[in-house]
Amino acid sequence: MSIKKDKKKIVFESEKDMPTMPMSLGSMLWNKTGSWRNIRPEIKLEDCIQCGICWKFCPDMSVEIENEWPVINYDYCKGCGICAEECPVKCIAMVEERR
Amino acid sequence: MKKEKKMTLTLPIEEHIGAGNLACQGCGANLALRYVLKALGQRTILCIPACCWAVIDGGFPHSCADVPIYHCAFETAASTATGVKAGLDMIGDKETTVMAWAGDGGTFDIGLQALSGAAERNDDIIYACYDNEAYMNTGIQRSSATPSGAWTTTTPVKFPKDQPKKDIDAIMAAHNIPYLATASTSYPEDLFKKAKKAKEIRGTKFLHIYAPCPTGWKSRPEDTVKLGRMVVQNGIFPLYEVEGGEKYTQTIKVKDKKPIDDYLKLQGRFRHLKPEGIAMLQDEVDRRYARLLKKFENK
Ligand SMILES: Cc1ncc(C[n+]2csc(CCOP(=O)(O)OP(=O)(O)O)c2C)c(N)n1
Ligand code: SF4
Ligand code: SF4
Ligand SMILES: [Mg+2]
Repeated sequence: MSIKKDKKKIVFESEKDMPTMPMSLGSMLWNKTGSWRNIRPEIKLEDCIQCGICWKFCPDMSVEIENEWPVINYDYCKGCGICAEECPVKCIAMVEERR
Repeated sequence: MKKEKKMTLTLPIEEHIGAGNLACQGCGANLALRYVLKALGQRTILCIPACCWAVIDGGFPHSCADVPIYHCAFETAASTATGVKAGLDMIGDKETTVMAWAGDGGTFDIGLQALSGAAERNDDIIYACYDNEAYMNTGIQRSSATPSGAWTTTTPVKFPKDQPKKDIDAIMAAHNIPYLATASTSYPEDLFKKAKKAKEIRGTKFLHIYAPCPTGWKSRPEDTVKLGRMVVQNGIFPLYEVEGGEKYTQTIKVKDKKPIDDYLKLQGRFRHLKPEGIAMLQDEVDRRYARLLKKFENK
């Protein structure tokens, strides 16, 4: 993705550090939404047909594509279960999150 | 791995909104903007009034999007977009797309006069409404986009909403704008095509995007995509486009229209409905759908 912005959380020490115009300076990638998850998707790649449907319907851009295979980014996956529900060959299982 | 196949991608791989955003689990509004920005590309300016998306984006000084967002007052999405477009014109920028991105409350209710003004002037903007059928950001109050029978905090079970959903698409078509389309987040390729088309047309373009909200509808987050598909197949939210206010084309054909029961069952907001109530809703859907079918030129 072409995000120009930093991954770090930006904190202003004082008012003087603030920009004169209220514009965004950083992305939201510091916010690891993976901690919201109660259940986690696990892909059984042996059964995957590489249809791209999990990638297409993930609302949180958390199904990434690596070497033509879907890979879940657990830093951000919120555990909504859409990928598992929509997978046409049902090779994604939602399992209880263990922390 | 066993097979050396390529992953099938029906949409461009570039993302313009990123992870870490504040949308609820399974949020349809998140999907909606993800797909639309894939079509419009990075050279886009968004004008977002008060709504869930004003929050999803992230708190100052952070934003999950890689396009500029102008956060504006609740009722001003269309007029703000008009102003941004006029500013770009003055500096000779003809390439940047300006899109107002508002919820149903900001579109059907409080933002309607600004939208009507922009459409009447035929200002060169895209106005997109992601429709989650209530004021979700402030805690699920009814809007004029809420369907009849639905529970919200201001239409409790004892006093359900008895007015049908406002027909915003007919209102916008009556402005004779060059392009208008309905879309659903469960038909992303169709939505993508419509957003691309809107980008190429000059004048006011209106996109009405059905965006399920698990939090407000009391539905399971994993059912978001299923609901977006059912609502098209049962005729509650038909997918079509209208060119020049008169040429109606159905983009997703419905072969045999399903009853609305299964769709209602998946959502807590309809749980209190009795069979008579469901029959009344079904009747309302059938009449609306029949009226619309007559307008489609591609039968
Ligand atoms: C003039 C004004 N009135 C009320 C509000 C409070 N408010 C903020 S967002 C919102 C509801 C937005 O609903 P909708 O447009 O449907 O977007 P959603 O939150 O559902 O995405 C309200 C009432 C406001 N910000 N400004
Ligand atoms: S569970 Fe939801 S957020 Fe997580 S990868 Fe699947 S679709 Fe994305
Ligand atoms: S309240 Fe609904 S629309 Fe708003 S972020 Fe949550 S799921 Fe999305
Ligand atoms: Mg809303």
